[in-house]
Amino acid sequence: MEITLRELVTSIHGMLFGGFFLLALFGAIVLLLDWSNPDRSNPDSTPAQPAPRWQTLYLIAMVVLGWGAVLSGATIIYPWYRAVAPPGADLALYPKFLLTAHPSTAGWHNFGMEWKEHVAWIAPMAGTMVAWILLKHRAAWNADRAVRNTVLGFAAVAFVAAAIAGGWGAMINKKAPVQGGQSYQLMRSAK
Amino acid sequence: MSEIKLVPPNPVNGPIAAAVLSCGVGCFLLGVLAVAADGSKRLAAALNFYHPTGPLSGVTTVAIALWLLCWMVLAARWRNKSLAFVKVSALAFLFLALGLLFTFPPFGDLMLGR
Repeated sequence: MEITLRELVTSIHGMLFGGFFLLALFGAIVLLLDWSNPDRSNPDSTPAQPAPRWQTLYLIAMVVLGWGAVLSGATIIYPWYRAVAPPGADLALYPKFLLTAHPSTAGWHNFGMEWKEHVAWIAPMAGTMVAWILLKHRAAWNADRAVRNTVLGFAAVAFVAAAIAGGWGAMINKKAPVQGGQSYQLMRSAK
Repeated sequence: MSEIKLVPPNPVNGPIAAAVLSCGVGCFLLGVLAVAADGSKRLAAALNFYHPTGPLSGVTTVAIALWLLCWMVLAARWRNKSLAFVKVSALAFLFLALGLLFTFPPFGDLMLGR
């Protein structure tokens, strides 16, 4: 059982950074909805207190995962994906050219990748803003319903953007996987 | 004896408004730059900061830099201010929605007349 370097890095990008970022965003939205409970958000009943340590670490980890996903995607995976195929090359190693070589698959790049490569960045931007407000301005969050609704709205948009990017990434990688590079043996094959 | 009611002053919400509005503006600029780079070969070449990634490197770097700059400037200007947060929020969501729209390829193609 082997895996190539590019497959491994793509898995880290999509499943570790992207997948856990999506999970973390969903968890943050649940947390926000819980905090939006009028009993808990009433400033008279709950004086403003800093976020518990685990919530601080959770939100920081969420932001790091988000930026890790887009930065690893744009600087490592995307160059492998869009590399120009020399004449006569095996297109299996050049996913963009493999997809655009046929009208039946061109849409995966012309629509899917074109959308994914830009919309993905909205998720960590919005996620960073949401985490910053929750960590730095908890009192305002407790006191102002408009702030709560706004932060929830941006968190929801971040989740949708991350889901669009992740969904297209997974589908495109099924149609034209990023592969190649050094192979690593994970397990000896059974006889 | 008449009762004196203490009315709390409007809380300072400028830093939060700055964070929200700058995020909306940043997403909008990302979308605008993506469409503009797609439509202009000159701009695409200028935004080709990291050749293996192509113009996407410049589009995202410039959008993020402008977002953070906008955030810093607004945060400094609104540090001690109390703003009409609902209006700021509405404006931020408008920018965010436009940013999402511009990143949607069929809309970008429509804008470029394709």
